Order: sequence, then structure tokens, then C-alpha cells
Amino acid sequence: MTTRKTLTLTTAIALCASGALAQDVTLTIESWRNDDISIWRNQIIPAFEAAHPGIRLDFQPTAPAQYNSALNSKLDAGTAGDIITCRAFDAALQLFERDQLSDLTDLDGMENFSDVAKSAWSTDDGSQTFCVPLASVIHGFIYNAEIFEELDLEVPETEEEFFAVLDAIEEDGGYIPMAMGINDQWEAATMGFANIGVNYWRGEEGRAALIAGESRLTDDEWVAPFEQLARWSPYLGRGFESQSYPDSQNLFTLGRAAIYPAGSWEIAGFREQADFEMGAFPPPVPAGTDGCFISDHTDMGIGLNAASEHQEEGRAFLTWVAGSEASNLFANAIPGFFPLSDAEVTLEDPLAQEFIGWRDQCESTIRPFHQIVSRGTPNLSNESWTASANVMRGTWTPEEAGAHLQDGLSSWYEPHQ
Amino acid sequence: MSARANILRSSAAHAILIAYTILALYPVFLVVINSMKSRRAIFNEPLALPTRESFDLVGFHTVLEQGNFLLYFQNSLIVTLASLFLVLLFGAMAAFALAEYRFRGNLLMGLYLALGIMIPIRLGTVAILEIMVAANLVNTLTSLVLVYTAQGLPLAVFILAEFMRQVSDDLKNAARIDGLSEYRIFFTIALPLVRPALATVAVFTMIPIWNDLWFPLILAPSDATKTLTLGSQIFLGQYVTNWNAVLAALTLAIFPVVVLYLIFSRQLIRGITRGAVK
Amino acid sequence: MSRPRTKRRPIRWHIVVFLAPAVLIYTAIMIIPLFGTLNLSLFTRGEGNTREFVGLANFVTLFTDPRWSGAFWNATWNNLWFFIVHMLVQNPIGIALAAILSSPRLRFAAFYRTAIFIPAILSFVIVGFVWRLILSPLWGVAPNMMDAIGIGDWFSPWLGQESSALTTLALISVWQFVGIPMMLIYAALLSIPDEVLEAAEMDGITGASQFWKIKLPLILPTIGIVSILTFVGNFNAFDLIYVVQGALAGPNYSTDILGSLLFRTFFGFQLQLGDPHMGATVATVMFFIILAGVSLYLFGIQTRMRRYQF
Repeated sequence: MTTRKTLTLTTAIALCASGALAQDVTLTIESWRNDDISIWRNQIIPAFEAAHPGIRLDFQPTAPAQYNSALNSKLDAGTAGDIITCRAFDAALQLFERDQLSDLTDLDGMENFSDVAKSAWSTDDGSQTFCVPLASVIHGFIYNAEIFEELDLEVPETEEEFFAVLDAIEEDGGYIPMAMGINDQWEAATMGFANIGVNYWRGEEGRAALIAGESRLTDDEWVAPFEQLARWSPYLGRGFESQSYPDSQNLFTLGRAAIYPAGSWEIAGFREQADFEMGAFPPPVPAGTDGCFISDHTDMGIGLNAASEHQEEGRAFLTWVAGSEASNLFANAIPGFFPLSDAEVTLEDPLAQEFIGWRDQCESTIRPFHQIVSRGTPNLSNESWTASANVMRGTWTPEEAGAHLQDGLSSWYEPHQ
Repeated sequence: MSARANILRSSAAHAILIAYTILALYPVFLVVINSMKSRRAIFNEPLALPTRESFDLVGFHTVLEQGNFLLYFQNSLIVTLASLFLVLLFGAMAAFALAEYRFRGNLLMGLYLALGIMIPIRLGTVAILEIMVAANLVNTLTSLVLVYTAQGLPLAVFILAEFMRQVSDDLKNAARIDGLSEYRIFFTIALPLVRPALATVAVFTMIPIWNDLWFPLILAPSDATKTLTLGSQIFLGQYVTNWNAVLAALTLAIFPVVVLYLIFSRQLIRGITRGAVK
Repeated sequence: MSRPRTKRRPIRWHIVVFLAPAVLIYTAIMIIPLFGTLNLSLFTRGEGNTREFVGLANFVTLFTDPRWSGAFWNATWNNLWFFIVHMLVQNPIGIALAAILSSPRLRFAAFYRTAIFIPAILSFVIVGFVWRLILSPLWGVAPNMMDAIGIGDWFSPWLGQESSALTTLALISVWQFVGIPMMLIYAALLSIPDEVLEAAEMDGITGASQFWKIKLPLILPTIGIVSILTFVGNFNAFDLIYVVQGALAGPNYSTDILGSLLFRTFFGFQLQLGDPHMGATVATVMFFIILAGVSLYLFGIQTRMRRYQF
């Protein structure tokens, strides 16, 4: 305990009084990943500190719901930590534009990342990068392999097969076919709409067309995923309208539901909590589609507070993060958050391997509304949460949902006017 | 009134109160029993009492292992009590001035002091943080005490002024004739007479302070100054919430407030009985 | 109304001494930062990191641009309903409980009082968790109990339906906070001197009619305070909505109240970046709504209220 207290004390001194008195430099890390405290303290920090004497790390996460607002307040007042975990796209871009994040374009190690990986933390023209890409998350479906075996079900590849499987589970009656609720709304949009939609708008192609104004949200490729979502509702079990996200997780891990529309981030938690075999499959393809797509979303980056007095040490840390040792460490310590660097990474978790394997079979894309099109009011991404949930609740038709989103976008986004 | 009607009335009163007590306590009871169960048991059978199989103190273990909970406890207690003391003292003084004296701008001053209950103080966060940075108070409990005192004052003044107006003028004027100073009148006559109201205000002021997450997070997030509520946030993850630990931490957090509440509500009763003697 | 008629004297220093500590702390730490924030509503973010003065343009946007006014009026009406539920359910229950509790020679009064107050001291995280658990269609506290008494069919996922979510949340909030009006009114009832009640009993006014004819008029000022506190509390509320329904106040914004709209706008949510200027605009409007309510009370009601000194 005492060591930690002294540590925080030194941090406090280093932060508040301007001259750093301590010999070791301590970098405080801001993050929303409460979940990873023990991983940082037991694996990542010791690994880094062993290789970099003189630099110490202090991981200080904030509960995710408060992260953005707390961080922004602390940055504005000058009390934020040295290392900042970056949300993807505009939230981090805004910090950079306000000169609150350092420019990392020429950071040693940045060459390990592709332009696509860097796109979430670069200026629109791609000329400057301000966070090291840390992880992406992949969408798909996780299933209870024991239930599949018991009911003699095949893993579905097409949409037709997908609904046949759901029907079969429904018919058996022993399990809820699919665990998802819409009380919190975001599951409907991310694990629903963004997950299965990629095959309709054909990944990056459709996303780019939307940004360019060539494709409208009332077009088939954007309405059809809503139609699919509307078909899910009968399989979700009684009262899914007020089923919350933790409810769904528990429903699946307690073995009461067969399929879980997922993000790869669930892997670690499910490993710990489920005592049955699990498998995963990518979003089933609609009839007549050639190729397949997955949502492989750049989710987490890590940057440097421009006001930090330890720019040099901060950059040393980020260079280490960008290297292959750290990539392997992160990828295996937090399975389901996949590294974005080009470094060779070996994953140990079979479920994580399954997810990352889809990168070879299918084309990757990020979530459709994250870049550029969610910059105005109303916010397209947030609206898509409400719209997806409304469609699943049956209060909006898929066409209404598309029209509503399009109206909102047209009201401020020039290419759509 | 006949004895029978009396018994009937009192049993009706008890029936209503018992029914409402159950309604009030049952959810709390659910929290407490579930904090002692395994995660599996929480969600499989939330209603069930912990049995030999489902009894699991893992939540409490996690809480006690993670971070310095005793210290967090102490911090919460210090911040809450210090803020309460200041709110009650300064609030009562201001309320007395507003209720007792006629001076120009009295009503406006009352309104000015009430403005604070109309805007959530959280909106002033950045400016408050800047003040604390300038005063070198970041990561101190003092910064929290200052903010909570400011936050609690409007409501305290508002309620206490109303009660101060009900203090008998005869008593005060008699004291004035005896040559007591205004300060003595405040401390020896007015303050004891509004003790029930003070106790009530103490209870209202204490709750949001004890449960506040925001200002500890912004002003004093360091490990040495963390409060209990902020400390329990560690278990609310992005995707996985450690319900065992959250329930355990918050179960533990209920008790000190209940104790404080009991202390204040005894003050309330005592104040009333003494007021009756006057 | 009677107040001491102190004669005019040059400066009564004791008034300054009584007021100074509260006024100083409150002004420095609350008023100045808050008005600094409200001031932002007159600006917008210009090119680069500059601030541009726009006068009342943000208010015009809030009231006339359908993208903003829709959300604003939705939140306002929801908030009004939230308040009405509290006035109709919370305060009558609070008064009734206080009246019962204050009846003389009631045994276990302290126990009941404490028990009923306990929900008010719980944090929102716990309240949100436990009511979601109780109302969850899956884990079944509510559905199972309703099944047990044969009304299982009446159960529906209240929190997930547009028609019922807001009322459900308001009732949860009532459950949590009913102890507060109860405490205040209890304190007021107890401070009614015994002589008054004895005199009433001499005149044969007892029981319920004693409550309506004697006690209720005497505690009217306290009921006034309770109402205004409920009003202010409800128009500032937001934590419960955030914990139970999330920042987007689903389903379909049906539980969005001014507080949740304000926090979403001011601090942002997910991809929606915080907009301090529009946020401050919403806050300023809220401030005027509450100010109007409080002024109505202070100038219109409080000064006219008959107050009895004991």
C-alpha cells in the first residue's frame, strides 16, 4: 500500500508543482478501461518498466460513462494525466484540434501501422496522426457449442441458414434462441445493425459512398439491415424491450440462450463466466452476395497529453506500445481487442483466433457512421441507436428508420443536401 | 375516544407503516442478500436467500483487496462531516440573518442564495477545477469540502430560513431586553430551537455528498484522497461489471450513512422535546 | 406575518457577520463558475480555438430549429410529467406517512421512520441496479411475484416501452425520495405545540378532522417548501435516467428530461461531442424555468402565507 501511496504522491507533486522533484519520471495514464486494471498493473507496467529504468507508469482508469467528460474537464484545467487513451475519430480529433494532444506523426514505431489503422486518429487529410492505434474490435456471433451439439445444429453461413437455426432452437423450446435486449439501445445498433449490415452496404465501398453523398440511407443497402433486425425480435425472448446489456450477457453465459450477437470484446468476460464450449461465426451472408464483410472497428488508441511535461518519456512509452512486444502482450492479455499493428502476433485464445481469422476470409470495414457523418446535429451515430431499437421494438418500420436517419443527415451534411 | 377505536386506529397505522416499510426495504434487502451470493446465483435466482451452495463473499474479498478501502471510507467520512458542519453553521447564520432582520435587499439576498439550487453545480466544473488548481488544492480533501459546502448552502439557507421565521419573537425580544447580543441570541436561542430543522438539513445535505462521484473524480482522484463512491466505480467496467464487488462495496457504503442518519434523527427528537420545554 | 420591527440603524454589523461566510464561499465556488458557464450560451466556437460572440442566436436555434426545439420540448413535457407524478404520488404519500408517524404514543416510530428513509440514502447505481433487477423480464422478481398472485399476464417490460418507461422511472424516483418530504413534514408536525392540539381536543376536534382543520394549515409553509424542493429537484434530475436508461434516454427519447438533455449536450455522448455553448443555452433556459417557479413561490406564495410562531 505504502509504495502506491508514495507513487501517487510523486505524481501529485509532478503534476501540481511545476518542477519535477522525483528522480524517476512517473507517467499517469488516463483510460476508460477499468476492466484492465489488473492486466496493466501485473503485466504491462512491469514489462515496460523493466525495459525503461527511470520511467514509471501509473494506470488511473475512470469508469467509462464518465471518461470523456472527466477527461475533457481535466485537460481544460491542466490536471489530466500524461498519457491519454484515445476514443476513435472525432472525440480524439477534437482534442488534437484544441492542441491538447501531441502530434505523433513522426513517432518511432508509427511506421508499423497501415493508413487504415491510423485513420481513426489522423486528421481528415491523413497528414497528421495523434494517437498510436491500439486495438480494434470485430463483430460477429458467439454461440453455445453445447446447445448446438445437443440440438444437432450446423453453424450457419447464409442468412437463410441463420434463421433456420433460430427456428430450430425456438421449436425445441428449451433455450432462448438469441440473447439481446434493446433497453440500452446500443446493442441494437452495434451488435445488430453495424454487425450484419456490412454485407449489404459492402463494407468500405458503401461507407465511402455514404460519406461522398452517393448513397442515401433510404437506399436498399441501408434499409435491408433494418429489415433483418425486425426479423430478429421474435427470437429474443419475453420482454427483450427492457432487457439490459448485462442481462443479455448473463443470459448467454448462464447457458440459457444459444446465440449471442457479439463484439469480440466479450471474449475475455465470457471465458471467465461461461462454463461451456463456445464458438463464433461471422455475420451470415444474404443470398446473392459475393464475398463477405466484417466490421473490424478501430476502437482504441493511445496518445500523449500536449501539456505533459514529460514529452520525451511519453514518446518513449508510445514507441514501446507501437512495437511488437507490446502488441503481443496486449493482444493476449485482453483477448478480443485485436492489435492494429503489422507486427506478427500470436493469439492463444481459440475464440479470439476464430474472430481474427475472419480477417483473411472477409473484407474488413469500420462502423459506418463513425467517420465524418456523425459530426453534426442530430448525431447520426446516436440516432442510429434509437432507430435500430425502434425497429426491433416494432414502433418504426425499416423504411421509416432509413428516412428518419436520412432527414437528420441531410439537415446538416452538405454532400447530402 | 373509546379504547377500542384507539386500538383499531393504531393497528391500522401499523398495518400501513409495515406495508410501506416492506416496500422501502425489500429492494435494499435484495441488494444485501445478493452481495453475498455468487454471480451465477445472483442472476439465476435473485430472490433466493444465499444458500450453502450460493453463499459467496467473493464480492467483499475483491473490494477489500482492491485498493485501500478503509482509507476511502475515512476520506468519505471526513469530507462528509466537515462539509456538513460548515453547511449547517454558515447556513444557519445566513438563514438567521434573513429571517430575523429587516434590511434593504433581504428578499433579493434570499433569492440570490437560492439561485444555487436552480443550476446543477456540475456545469461549473471547469471553472471550479481552475480555482482549485490556482489555489493548489487539487487532490486534497479540502477542495471537496469547499465545493460541497458551497453546494449545500443554498438548500440549507432556504429550509432553515423558513424554520427560523417560526421562532418566537417574544423569546428573542425578552433576551434583547436582558441585554444579550445578537450572536448570543442566535447561538443560545434560535439555534437550539431549530434543531429539528438542522437535523433534517443535515440529512439532506449528507446524502448527495456521500454519494457524489463527479467531484471526487475531477478534483481529488488520487489514491490518497479517493472517496468510497469513487473507489467502487472501479468495478463498473466498460463491458463487464463486477456485480459482486459493486454490490458488496455499496452494501458496505450504506451502513455509515444509516448510522449518521440515526444520530441526526435522534438529535431531531431531542431538539423537539427540549424545544417543548423551553 | 410578523417580523421584528428593528429601527433603522447605520450599519448593523452582525447582519454582515451572519451573512458573510455563506455568501463568500457560495459566491466564489458556485455562483462565479456557474455564471461563467451560463455566459457561454452567448458565444459559439469560431475558427480555430476562438470564441465568437453571437448574442442570443443560440437561444433562437434552441427554440426554432426543429433539430433542437423538438428535443427541447420533448424533454420539457417529459420533465413536467415527471414532476406531476412526484406531486401526485410522492408528496401525498410523504404527508400521509408523516401524519401517521407523528401520532402520539406510536410504537416503533423511529424504526419505521428510518426504514422508510433508507432508500433516499442509496446511491443511484444501486437504485438503478436493483429496480432493473426487479422489473427485468428475465430474472423475474416482478414477473415471478405477479405470477404467484395470479396477475402474471399484467406484467410487461415497462422500462422498454415508450408509453410506460417515464412513469415507471418517476415511480422509482418517488420510491427513492419519499423519505424527504416525510422527514420535513414530520419535523413540522412535531413542532406543533401540544397546547394547540390540547385546545383542539377540548373543542372536540380529534382524529382526521384534527389533521385537516388544525395540523394541515399549520404545516402549509412546510408543504410549500416541499413542493418547491420537488420542483427544483425534478427539473435538475438526471442521474436516475442515466443509470437506468442510458444517456440517450430510451426508448426513443421517451425518458429524456431536461437534465439528461443538458448533460448529453454539454458533455457529449459517444460520437456526439460535448457542445458547451448549446449546453449552456439549455442550462440557461432550465435556470429561467426554475427561477420562474421559485420566484413564484418566494414572491407570490411565501410572502402571503400565514405563518404561526410558537
